[in-house]
Amino acid sequence: MTTMSDPQQGSFRLSMLLNDTRYRSYTFQFIALMLLIALMAFLGINLVRNLAEAGLNISYSFLYVPAGYDINQTLIDYNSQSTNLRAAVVGILNTLLVAFLACVTATILGVIAGVARLSNNWLVSKMMSVYVEIFRNIPVLIWILMIYTLMTAVLPAPNAFRGDNATSSMLFDAFAFTNRGIYVPAPVWGPGSMIVVATFVLSIVAAVAYRKYAVSLLFRTGKLLPTGWPTLAILLVPTLLVFFVMGSPIGLDYPALKGFNFRGGLQIGAPLIALWLALSVYTGAFIAENVRAGIQAVSKGQTEAAASLGLRPKRIMNLVVLPQALRVIIPPLISQYLNITKNSSLAIAVGYADITATLGGITLNQTGRAIECVLLLMLFYLTISLSISAIMNVYNNAVSLKER
Amino acid sequence: MNKSVFFGALTVAGLAAGAAAASTLDDVKARGKLNCGVTTGLVGFAAPNANGEWEGFDVAVCRAVAAAIFADPNAVEFIPTTGKTRFTALASGEIDFLARNTTWTFSRDVDLKFDFIGVNYYDGQGFMVPKALGVSSAKDLDGATVCIQTGTTTELNLADFFRANNISYEPVPIETNAEGQQQYLAGACDTYTTDASGLAATRATFETPGDHIILPEIISKEPLGPLVRHGDNDWGDLTRWVLYALIAAEELGVTSANVEEMATNTTNPEVARLLGAEGTLGEMLGLDAAWAKNAIASQGNYGEIFAKNIGEETPIGLARGLNAQWTDGGLMYAPPFR
Repeated sequence: MTTMSDPQQGSFRLSMLLNDTRYRSYTFQFIALMLLIALMAFLGINLVRNLAEAGLNISYSFLYVPAGYDINQTLIDYNSQSTNLRAAVVGILNTLLVAFLACVTATILGVIAGVARLSNNWLVSKMMSVYVEIFRNIPVLIWILMIYTLMTAVLPAPNAFRGDNATSSMLFDAFAFTNRGIYVPAPVWGPGSMIVVATFVLSIVAAVAYRKYAVSLLFRTGKLLPTGWPTLAILLVPTLLVFFVMGSPIGLDYPALKGFNFRGGLQIGAPLIALWLALSVYTGAFIAENVRAGIQAVSKGQTEAAASLGLRPKRIMNLVVLPQALRVIIPPLISQYLNITKNSSLAIAVGYADITATLGGITLNQTGRAIECVLLLMLFYLTISLSISAIMNVYNNAVSLKER
Repeated sequence: MNKSVFFGALTVAGLAAGAAAASTLDDVKARGKLNCGVTTGLVGFAAPNANGEWEGFDVAVCRAVAAAIFADPNAVEFIPTTGKTRFTALASGEIDFLARNTTWTFSRDVDLKFDFIGVNYYDGQGFMVPKALGVSSAKDLDGATVCIQTGTTTELNLADFFRANNISYEPVPIETNAEGQQQYLAGACDTYTTDASGLAATRATFETPGDHIILPEIISKEPLGPLVRHGDNDWGDLTRWVLYALIAAEELGVTSANVEEMATNTTNPEVARLLGAEGTLGEMLGLDAAWAKNAIASQGNYGEIFAKNIGEETPIGLARGLNAQWTDGGLMYAPPFR
């Protein structure tokens, strides 16, 4: 076939580019490509020309001058004399923090809701349907604003904790729920605390190794070792022993009302909570649908076959259905994770200092470098999204059907 | 060859697009109305009233410019802008004139390529706190949570003030004044900071304004003024002299009530020049001779605009202070109309 349609040497004529079906599609693709390049070039030239006309030049030197503003939640050292670049990094870390937290909770919520929606229990499945339909059909910005407004309106101000006849009190004298955020005790790392942490990390490794051994023993000999309580013991006993042997090097710093606010402890700000919760419940509803679709994609024969082997329903779900369902669930799950990351840019609505609020908000405003800032923002979101995509694709390949 | 023809065409198209920019006054006249950027709503300065008509101190300046050009104070389209969007809106040509209590600073004037045409309100940044908080000075605010409009000079002043006094605070960035008011009243922040005039305007809308005080410290200079784009000096001159006409009118005793009579009967040569009875000032601006008369007739002079929108008789209740005429010890001083 191919040998027959091969053109003879030297017989190619220019008119064949239009008349010959073998070349025509290349001609049109080439023209389309040229048009596309020309359009891009036009937009680029237009931008540069208009900027030059307005007397503006593209320059990133503003990144190295002091930012001049303060940020309420910083994971690294930052003050108003730090550079705009550092403010951007603070924003990036805040974006990554809320995106990570929301991905984790949305996945947990989504899996629970998706599985429960298929439950035979009428009440449970209907409740989950209501959850999915309500949360996925209202824009996430509304949820963010609603949770934030609820928090600031319903929870007491720190003032309410003050005085002898305070109207609010702390939970266990350790947790304070205020309309500015939740204050929890923070760990204080004394000398020797690293040994305790190292022990705990080793315990985790040991626990994982034990569970692997139990599984392989089960497969080789059919002997079933208990996994629940030994795992817990491996995790806790050595760490607790080392903790007390070292003389309790890790203490707790309790929040206390000083001046206008609670001081000490760890503050989880109201904006973070609002954003985190809203992104979790909103995206969780979508993930629930993905999970349901994935489970229903596994043919009923698999469940029945597993049941006929004598497996209990929980084991059927964990050992037979979910591993196969994952192949259907993972690809849409990737796009949900990307959605969470991108939707986190709504943070500014509640004053959460993410990258859009610092670099794309205050820095942009104060320096007036709009194009530069927006280009950087696009680059950041593109990089993060592609990285998440790449990592999840590796996982997808790991769980996908191995075809031989 | 095809390619070079194509790029040639592109270049022509690009040049044509570049050359299309005409003078702002011509654009405004061709459009039949002035596009004026204002706040999204700050009572007294710019906010829609019960009938949906924009009114306020900044709005009056917009209307005066429209009256000077079209003899019609309603030939204005008001475009609400936030602290973040205002400069882009002006730079991109979406608005011709920005009157949005914007602070005149070096970098905005020089680096952002805008021209401030003058100052219509001399302000300074202050703090509002609930009386119940028991704070009497801004220096007692160590550790306080502060609500602050993002994208404003106040954000930088706040950081400077707390750093200079070596005290700490926690900023709560908010987008609009309405949001700030809501957060402040809910107790999500201890204090709200913005220009003292803005604080007074915000407090006036509270249910119980008496429960809140504005602290005595004014931590910055905030000369608020309207601005236009760099590069069209004729347009800058026109708007600048409309503002000065309003200020000069107060000094010269011209009001919206007597402007018609003064235009015909005055014996003061400067008033005659201002109102177009003598000389060709209007023509020099590219307007008709009655430009200033129309502006003053529609909005009143500077003092009238102040009294009507933010003066002591209004709920906002601001005293003239620095904004009195220079003859009364204030800073309002219009150059001569000659």
